[in-house]
Amino acid sequence: MTSQSPTVTVRFFARLREHLGTESEQVGIGDQATVNDILATLSERGGRWQELAGDRPVLIAVNQAMAKTSTTLSDGDEVAFFPPVTGG
Amino acid sequence: MVIVQTEDFDVAEQYQALRATGPATGAIATFTGLVRDFGDQSEVSGLFLEHYPGMTERVIEDLIQQASQRWDIQAVRVIHRVGKLALADQIVFVGIASAHRSDAFAACQFIMDALKTTAPFWKKELAASGDHWVEQKDSDLAQAQQWRNDTT
Repeated sequence: MTSQSPTVTVRFFARLREHLGTESEQVGIGDQATVNDILATLSERGGRWQELAGDRPVLIAVNQAMAKTSTTLSDGDEVAFFPPVTGG
Repeated sequence: MVIVQTEDFDVAEQYQALRATGPATGAIATFTGLVRDFGDQSEVSGLFLEHYPGMTERVIEDLIQQASQRWDIQAVRVIHRVGKLALADQIVFVGIASAHRSDAFAACQFIMDALKTTAPFWKKELAASGDHWVEQKDSDLAQAQQWRNDTT
């Protein structure tokens, strides 16, 4: 039996979405992957992606609940990165 | 009840819906937030509001749950607009029905303070000099933090 390699959907919002020029993409993950691994994979692309490793705060949600860089990921998870919120 | 929508809302209609909660309601507190003409920069001509569909509603539902555990409240209505808004447009409505005014006032303020710092919405100010994303304010964080320190 073959199965597709595990992926997560990564989403970006607001200033980050505009800065990165993308709303969402699929990213492959390994065993025991964490949010930190995703951040490393993305920021290693260099250029505008280095924003994710920069000083400006980036908030994280996994499956639409606030999460940490240490949160572990499973196939099919939705990981979102966004700036501090400013509603109301 | 939590609604995120692009359309405007009618405060009178929302108030009547809260009034219809029942005869045990003795107090209704409402808050409406509007677009004002300057924020982080001067000469703002309007706002663009973005949200995270699904998560935004979930976070606000959770705040209503927290408020219900903390105060005696009978009904809550929260409406938040997204998309492009003009000066003086209504942005957000929070309405609380309760037996008593103190619970209605407290729950209303708690939900607004917590919404501003935890619900995934982002404001972009539109101005002739250039659009820019609003930065989170320390004063908003401090205001929300008060509810954690205050155990009453």
